[in-house]
Amino acid sequence: MGLFDRIKAGLQKTRQAVADGLGDVFIGEGDIDEDFYERLEETLIRSDMGAEASERIIDKLRDQVPENHLRRRKDAKKFLIKDITGEMQNAPDAFDFEKERSVVFVTGVNGVGKTTFCGKLAYKLTREGKKVILAAADTYRAGAAEQLSLWAERAGCDLVQGNPGADPSSVIYDAANAAMSRNADILICDTAGRLENRRNLMEELKKMDRVIDKVMPGVRRENLLVLDAVTGQNAVSQAKGFAGVTDLTGIVLTKLDGTPKGGIAVAIESELKVPVKYIGTGEQKEDLERFDAETFVKAMFADDTSEEVSEDDW
Amino acid sequence: MAFESLSDKLQQTFKTLRGKGRLTEEDVRLAMKDVRMALLEADVNYSVVKDFTSRIREQAVGSDVMNGLNPAQSVIKLVKDELVELLGGEQAELVFQPGKSLTVIMMCGLQGSGKTTTAVKIAGKLREKGKKSLLAAGDVYRPAAIDQLKINAEKLGVDVFSMGTEVSPVDIAEKAVEEAKKGEYNVLIIDTAGRLQIDDRMMEELQEIKKRIVVHQTLLAIDAMTGQEAVNVASEFDKRIGVDALVITKLDSDTRGGAVLSVRAVTGKPVVYAGTGEKLDAIELFYPDRMADRILGMGDVLSLIEKAERNIDIDEDTGRSMVSRMKKGRLNYNDYLLSMQQMKGMGGLKSILGLMPGLGTKQLTEAADQVDDRELARTEAIILSMTEAERDNPKLMNPSRKRRIAAGAGLDIAEVNRFIKKFEQGQKFMKQMPGMLRGHGNNPFGF
Ligand SMILES: Nc1nc2c(ncn2[C@@H]2O[C@H](COP(=O)(O)OP(=O)(O)O)[C@@H](O)[C@H]2O)c(=O)[nH]1
Ligand SMILES: [Mg+2]
Repeated sequence: MGLFDRIKAGLQKTRQAVADGLGDVFIGEGDIDEDFYERLEETLIRSDMGAEASERIIDKLRDQVPENHLRRRKDAKKFLIKDITGEMQNAPDAFDFEKERSVVFVTGVNGVGKTTFCGKLAYKLTREGKKVILAAADTYRAGAAEQLSLWAERAGCDLVQGNPGADPSSVIYDAANAAMSRNADILICDTAGRLENRRNLMEELKKMDRVIDKVMPGVRRENLLVLDAVTGQNAVSQAKGFAGVTDLTGIVLTKLDGTPKGGIAVAIESELKVPVKYIGTGEQKEDLERFDAETFVKAMFADDTSEEVSEDDW
Repeated sequence: MAFESLSDKLQQTFKTLRGKGRLTEEDVRLAMKDVRMALLEADVNYSVVKDFTSRIREQAVGSDVMNGLNPAQSVIKLVKDELVELLGGEQAELVFQPGKSLTVIMMCGLQGSGKTTTAVKIAGKLREKGKKSLLAAGDVYRPAAIDQLKINAEKLGVDVFSMGTEVSPVDIAEKAVEEAKKGEYNVLIIDTAGRLQIDDRMMEELQEIKKRIVVHQTLLAIDAMTGQEAVNVASEFDKRIGVDALVITKLDSDTRGGAVLSVRAVTGKPVVYAGTGEKLDAIELFYPDRMADRILGMGDVLSLIEKAERNIDIDEDTGRSMVSRMKKGRLNYNDYLLSMQQMKGMGGLKSILGLMPGLGTKQLTEAADQVDDRELARTEAIILSMTEAERDNPKLMNPSRKRRIAAGAGLDIAEVNRFIKKFEQGQKFMKQMPGMLRGHGNNPFGF
């Protein structure tokens, strides 16, 4: 199954349960009228896009409708998808780090799926023939290292861990040295969950960040923030907070198998200009996908009756 | 995000309506636009917001502006009271079986919502009340979930019942009840794996547990940072397995926490605990009143407003013409003097500035805090040394007048110059309202 179908299948499951698919607003032969705009606003807000971003997107559409002589709701769909996709970006070099020697530094608040993501990424890259090392720098949460070591087993890669309660930077230090001496391709660092409003914990993160640069100077960095797709507007504050301590290069949006929404990705991209790179679609090791803005937005607004939204170009 | 707190926006919306005795439909409509936006940005569910604002609209139209409050404050108060009501009004607590008999609690919720930590925290909290709890390790799916439960429980000295990961959670639950009865525990708390509300197979597992054993309290853990989806999560869990009470987790984050309102509104279930940190004692009872303030983003705005209202004694007319001059950047030295004198009695300048568009309560408090009493006294001396004409028309100021004023106030000319410059800058600053002032810690006069 292609990415589009997987997302769509996930969304359909959800839709059967909750009956408020985002694509529904375009269904029918109706004209573009105030009722349509109102329902569209509702749709966007329900996707967690945020009241502000939703308003901006609708205002843009309101301009485009007369300019392009649009009358039917379904004609508006193409424009909307294009507008929203335009708020996101797909850098052509987004995944270059997978091919180079690099360090992936994974951060986020508690419970969003950092460890699971590290495990899935390790699995994917190992399977592609890379030599991967996982660093268990969450020395705080009970059982965190055990959790990651089970993932290392699944992925078939090395793990570097420290004692519970140890300074996470020391784990990073050891792991970075191991990566150098064992000539690993990719070092993936899992970190403990922390709220972005906890200053000392954010300082701790900065320190880990510096240690990586010190032990592995000049090695390509990929700093990923993991966000739970079910999170509301606070995700923007999370992204800002973490961007303040490490130079974020991408976002991982997890648990998309459970929500037809993820509009928060749009809000974050348009506000912080940090691209979403991966999405998590389940708890199994294969449930990781590269993110593609257009696919994602199309899937978001897919409804069962529309034809023009299909997996045409991927 | 360019989000000002609700009270600030409402003050703005209503500043022209000040002094009204009764709320008209138009006043309320305007106010509700702001309330709606605030609630949506706080992640309150769209439908919940819709119902809420229409209910308030009905109530508010035609009602009297409350004594001592202006229309904006009256609406805030109404909104807040209604929010508190929606959030449950009174504090709620877990319901236990009578006497020493076993109460079985089952945790449930999405992945990462904080069930395991909360289960341990509750056991710790109950021990303070003299109840002995047993924790059952029912998350056989997430790698090392059982380790997490065991390590944390051990820290608090709470017992754990585990059968490893090869046994079904239903069997674990059943055995755990036997074990709890045998060991004469008062409470059994069953931890379960996180699951999506749309995952049929996993939801059936919980149904199965509830068929096999008697669960007295099913607790749903909801992450305070959840967005619009919170409503679907909560109502699906409730519909499929039956939820008795809610636990809100991660309230120490700086989310506004609209999800709490959403789940409370759609399920009608009480919130019995709030998790406020990673430490195992970071769990509190839930205070609907504080939560309402938090969702609205107003902190203790109401009390601040009330304080200011009590202290202010500028009459309505003076206040209004002052504001109008202020907006044009034509404030005179008399206005300055008046507000300064009131400042001493607390709340004066704050209240006046509070009428200005875009000035937040936070900025007001900061500005007021920066005031240096001695400097105030010197400034007062300077203004009092001016002629009536000079006070009325700041444009008259020239070097020889300044020299005279300095002599009169017993101050150095440099000090007079500095004050006048500050004053003039303040004027310019105000003309560029509201954009400039926003987010600026200093008050426009710069004292
Ligand atoms: N359904 C679903 N669950 C996920 C996904 N990613 C992680 N999880 C689950 O979310 C929970 C928390 O994940 P974990 O990796 O421990 O989060 P961390 O605290 O950020 O490291 C676990 O139960 C994971 O199995 C996903 O993409 N979909
Ligand atoms: Mg983790």
